[in-house]
Parts: sequence; C-alpha cells; structure tokens
Amino acid sequence: MYDVLIIRYGEIGLKGQNKNSFIGQLIKNIDNAVTDLGDFEITTVYGRIYLHVDGKNLEKAAKRLTNVPGIVSISPAVTVKFDFESLKKNALKLFKKEVQDYPTTFKVNTRRADKSFPLKSPEINSEIGAWILRNIDSPERELNVDVHNPEHMLEVEIRRGKIYIFIKRFAGPGGLPVKSSGKALLLLSGGIDSPAAGWLGLKRGLSIDAVYFHSFPYTGDRAKEKVVDLSRVLSRYGGNIKLHIAYFTEIQQEIAKNCPERYTVTIMRRMMFRIANKIAAQNNDLALITGESLGQVASQTLEGIASSDDAAELPVLRPLITMDKNEIVDISKKIDCYDISIRPFEDCCTVFVPDNPVTKPKLDKVRAAENSLDIDKLLANALEKTEVMQINQKPE
Amino acid sequence: MSRKVYLDNSATTAADDEVVKAVTSMLTENYGNPSSAHRLGLKAEKIVEKARKELADYLQVNKKEIIFTSGGTESNNLAVQGITKSYHSRGSKIITTEIEHPSVRNIFLALEKEGWDVIWLKSDQKGYIDIEQLKNSLDKKTVLVSIMQVNNELGSVQNIEEIGKIIKKINPLCFFHVDGIQGFGKVFTDLKKSSVDLYSISGHKFHAPKGIGALYIRENIELQPLFFGGGQENDIRPGTENTPGIAGLIPAVKKLPILNRNINTDPELNRKRNYLYKSLSKMEDVVINSPKQGAPHILNFSVPGIKGETLLHALEAEGVFLSTGSACSSKSKENKVLKAVGLSSEKRDSALRISLNKNISRDDLDYTLEVLKSQIDFLKIF
Repeated sequence: MYDVLIIRYGEIGLKGQNKNSFIGQLIKNIDNAVTDLGDFEITTVYGRIYLHVDGKNLEKAAKRLTNVPGIVSISPAVTVKFDFESLKKNALKLFKKEVQDYPTTFKVNTRRADKSFPLKSPEINSEIGAWILRNIDSPERELNVDVHNPEHMLEVEIRRGKIYIFIKRFAGPGGLPVKSSGKALLLLSGGIDSPAAGWLGLKRGLSIDAVYFHSFPYTGDRAKEKVVDLSRVLSRYGGNIKLHIAYFTEIQQEIAKNCPERYTVTIMRRMMFRIANKIAAQNNDLALITGESLGQVASQTLEGIASSDDAAELPVLRPLITMDKNEIVDISKKIDCYDISIRPFEDCCTVFVPDNPVTKPKLDKVRAAENSLDIDKLLANALEKTEVMQINQKPE
Repeated sequence: MSRKVYLDNSATTAADDEVVKAVTSMLTENYGNPSSAHRLGLKAEKIVEKARKELADYLQVNKKEIIFTSGGTESNNLAVQGITKSYHSRGSKIITTEIEHPSVRNIFLALEKEGWDVIWLKSDQKGYIDIEQLKNSLDKKTVLVSIMQVNNELGSVQNIEEIGKIIKKINPLCFFHVDGIQGFGKVFTDLKKSSVDLYSISGHKFHAPKGIGALYIRENIELQPLFFGGGQENDIRPGTENTPGIAGLIPAVKKLPILNRNINTDPELNRKRNYLYKSLSKMEDVVINSPKQGAPHILNFSVPGIKGETLLHALEAEGVFLSTGSACSSKSKENKVLKAVGLSSEKRDSALRISLNKNISRDDLDYTLEVLKSQIDFLKIF
C-alpha cells in the first residue's frame, strides 16, 4: 500500500544561503544510495524530500536511507486522494496493517499546510481518531486514545493538493550530506576504530580518501584484503573512495634498526602522518582523520597525540577522541564493519611493538630519536611504491 | 614471482592430471546416478565400486568395510559419534589425545559436555603419546579409544600396532579409531593386525579432490549414521554418491607408494625429508620441532625471534608456500597442539611447517633453503 518515502532533514534546513546546495547534495546522495533499485522520482517540499518508490523496493530503500548522512528520519507513507472519505478509508486500512500489539493507545496528528482542504487540523484529528476507534476497539482489540503519550501516532500531512498518511518513523544518522563539507584523508588500519572514525567524518558531510600502511611481509595479503573490504563498506555510505596502500616495510625496519626501542611507536606514528601529508596534498584533502581515542594505547596519550600532530601539516580530526571502546564497537557494528575488523590478522600496529613504549614522549626527545633516519628518502621511497585502488560505491 | 614451490601439502595437495581426467569424465560422460536403473546408472555404480575395491586393496581389507564420506572431518565425526551413540550401553569412558586435529578434539569436547568421562592422553615434546597413561586409563568401561596416526603439526607417528594390542588386551570390546588423514599412503598400516576398528581417510591429502573421504569400518560394527536418507553406502552414509570425487580416488590411490613392514614409510618422501632435516639442523637460527624419525612428509621448525607469519609472508614473496605453526598474535588462533606438547611461546610464535609431496625436487628444496636462509638473515636484524 505504501508508495512514497518521506525523508526529513534537520540541521541542513538551517543553513541559510547554502541551504539549496546542501539539499541538492543530499538528493544526489539519496539517488546514489537507491539507484540500483529502480528509477524513482524525487520531489521536494519545504523541509521534506519525497522518494516515490514502488512497493516492492520500498523497504530496501528505506533501510538504505537510514545510513545516508543528513537524513534525520524516514517514513514510508501512503498517498491518498484529496477528499475526506478516501482519507478515512485509507487511515483505517493503514492502522490495521501497522498496529498489532493490542491493547494499545494512539493519537492522530495532522499538519494541514494546504489550507484548501475543507477540514481544519483539529477536526481531522478528532474525526479520524473517532473513526478508527469505532472500527477497532473491541474486547479482543482494546484501543484507547492517548494524546500525551500514545504508543502509535497516525500522522496526516496535507501539502499542495496531496495527503500523505504514515505511522512508522525510522531514524536516519542525522548530520550533514556527504560531500557537503569537503574531502579528508582517513588513516585506515584493519582495526575497529579507524572505520568508525571514517564513518563519523562522513556523517559530518566529509567525503574521504583513505591510506593504509602495508608492511609486507610483517602483514600479509589478508590484512590488506581486510582494509579493502572495510573501504568497500565505507563506500556504501560515502561514495567512491580512493584507497592508498602505502609501502611501509622499509620505514618500520629502519625505525627498528636505528631508533631507541621505547620511541619506535611514536616515530612510526609520525612517519604515518608524514606519508599522509603527502598523499593528502596530492588529492586536495583538507584534513586527516584518525581513529585515536584518548588514552587507549601508549601513543594516544596527550603527549603522544602532540608528538603525532607535530608531524602533521594538516588539521587532524579525531572523531573518537573521547569515546570508550564499547561506544566505538557499537558504531562499528552499526555500520557493518565489526565482523571484518575482528578478522585475526596482523596489522602494522601490532608488529614491532616494544615491551615498554614511552607513554609521555617529550617533543625534543622524539625529534632527537628520529634524527638518524633519512626521512625524506624514506618518504620518497614509500610514496613511489604506494599502490592506489579505486573503491567504487556499491550498495550492500 | 616466477618460481613456485608448494610446501603446504598437509593442508592440501594439487590434484594429479589423471585425477582431473577421472573427475571430469564423471561430470560430463558418466554422470549417471548410481542408484538409477538404466545403464548410465550402472556405469557410475561400477566406477564407485571400483574405487572402493582400489582403496580396500591398498588397505588390505574387505571392500564392504569401506564407505565414502565428504572428507576427513566427516569420517572422524561418523566414527566417534557413531560409536558413542551405538554403544553407549557398554560404558561411559572414552579416550583420546591432547594433540588431535580439531575434527576429533572438538567432538570429544562436546561428548565431555554431554557427560562422557573423557581421558586426554598427554604427549612428549616430539608428539609421542604416553603409552603408560593409556594402559592406566583403559578399563572395562572404556567404549572407544581414538588416536591419530600421524600428527598433522609435528609429523610424529604413533605405534598403532602396539596401541591396538594394548587396547584389545585390556578390553577386547573397546573400539579403536585411528585418524589416518595424514598417515594414509605415507606410513604403512596393517589395520587387521593393529586391531583398528575404524580408520579415517581424506582424499585431498593425496592428490585426489577435496570433498571426498572414506572411513574403514571393521565388519560387524554398527554405526549410528550422522544423517538419514535414501539408503546409499549401506545406509551409514546416505545421499547421492559424490561420483566425481570417488572416481578421482582411483588414480590417486594407484599412485601411492607400495608400503609394507620393511618399507614402512614413503621412501621417496623420506629421502627429501632427511635432506631437509639435515640442512635445517645446520642452520644456527633454526630449531627443529619434529621428531628425527617422523612421518616422511612433515617437518616443523621454529626460528625464535621472527614471527612465523612474517617469515611465511617473506617466503611467499619468493614463491615458497608453507604454513605457520601458530598464527599471529590472536589468542583465538593459538596453536593448541604445539602448546599441548609443551613448546615455549617463543617457539610456538615462530613455528613453521613444511609438508612435502612427491613432485618436489631436490632443486626445489635447495631453492627453499636458500630463500629461507636469506630471509632469516634479513629479518633477524630487526
């Protein structure tokens, strides 16, 4: 019976002059997310986007839209004819379809934007409410009206000669449409954190490129495959991703050979940022994104972060910085990355880990500790051997 | 990568050309269902019976005592679950070892949860089980002893004949299952003389296809099947026969070495293994974990200080494929066998397993040793 998805966006409605470009981007992203399901008409009315979907694909489309940043909520709705009898008939039908958990309570809520409809909102609420109550309430299906805290709300929206009715609301991620905030480079490992950080970046309207640091033979092809798979999942939400597989073996070996053991992780992080600087510059990325969370490991203390930032030339976004591991795991599960992230292969952060890493590195000591490295040469070599993969957006 | 030396033959083997031909013919020409009444069915049935005969002759048993399964895991499950279900009235104790393959170990863990009294036999560092513990554990209430012939990690070969005699002497009614998945065709086995009641075989360990296995079940044993169906394989293993896989066994078994009491391990593989053993013992960074006289195709060693996975990938880059004893830092993947035999964590983390096949040349081995040496020399700096 459903024929349309009503899509609500919150924050971007407030963006004044830029509003139209934000909405235009959101519509593009919606279109990309459902394009393989068919050719659907998209219309907009103030504060709403309507996706006219055929019934067969509606549920699938709604599910995908719950992952499109910028969307606050989605309701599958029924379009009914612009007369009160049709409204009554269809409202009852929809209510019977969606409500099964008797005894229960409900209310009707009408927004009449189109004032040409003969009845006013309060009249519609009470008429339709009474009609449903009369037709359903019985000893087997006990139903009451509760205007303050109803279990179900039947909503009626009357706009521009059309009436939409709906009961369900699915939450979207909120945030801003991907690509409305520019592009940043995600430092992606095979772990749980960095894909979650990437997703949060996408949710704030970024689009992303990614870099993974590959240390063959310390990490094998399966570790690389993991990162490719994670990028593929992220591309579902964020469009095409350019994944850079940076050659990191030599750098790790040189650090292990030449630098004091306690500083190897700190210096490794700095080298990662330096490679990221260069790759970001090549791709016009305006910031770096990492999955760091304060205090999670030795390199993620304030001092550790400061020594990483010292090597970064761009702003470093750390969306997870104040999150606990379980909060990060929840995000990872929600975006379908968790099962990939927990595949048990080495990543570059788990080899070459000293027993006793420095937790509060002092900048001058760090700089001195990496003095013996020929940083420019190492970077040039790493970039030369970096492989680029284009991960194209593919829903599910 | 130009050169390829495949040294992971305990994981699986490449199919021989004759095997591929036999398999293909069953998919394209003799594709009949052996249960069909017409001549295409008859043709397929004859090939299935020919394979059964081939296998039975090699093992010197009656062809009625061989049934086909989907592979080693199913054979082990059918044997252990079949016996414990059919004969639980005989007692409550079952015996196995701490170094079994997961397809045996995990059945025993499940049976232990069901209430069976499970005895786990210990083994020494080279992977030989404690015979005294076996003698002391066996009693009239013991229903089944299940012991692997060749350990898949270390290549230790248990003395099946001696064990069989001990079991039957203490309790003639106790069943003896041998997981022969790594031993079949590599180590001589006199099933009758060893009083083995059940023996598991897996096709893809000896150049036959994956998805085909067999179980020797001594006559007069009644096994409760794992699943029920249309009566094939004497109703012990119903389901339309995997005729391509079964046909693939014929040429694979024909190519197995002739083994007997005097030549009791594959002599060709033995020579190669001895060469490797000798060469590896001379390398100062290498510690050999396998017994000196073990299965002719398996050699396990450690390079303390270098993670097994790292060395595996470094060798892979040079075209040499082998496997780790203990994969990466993840606890879930920790190698239970190497731990059970008491190898230190340093040795476990750096363990590698070479497993040979008949096609590996001396030149391949020299190349492997050379690559191994140079990679160790390079990686040990860090």
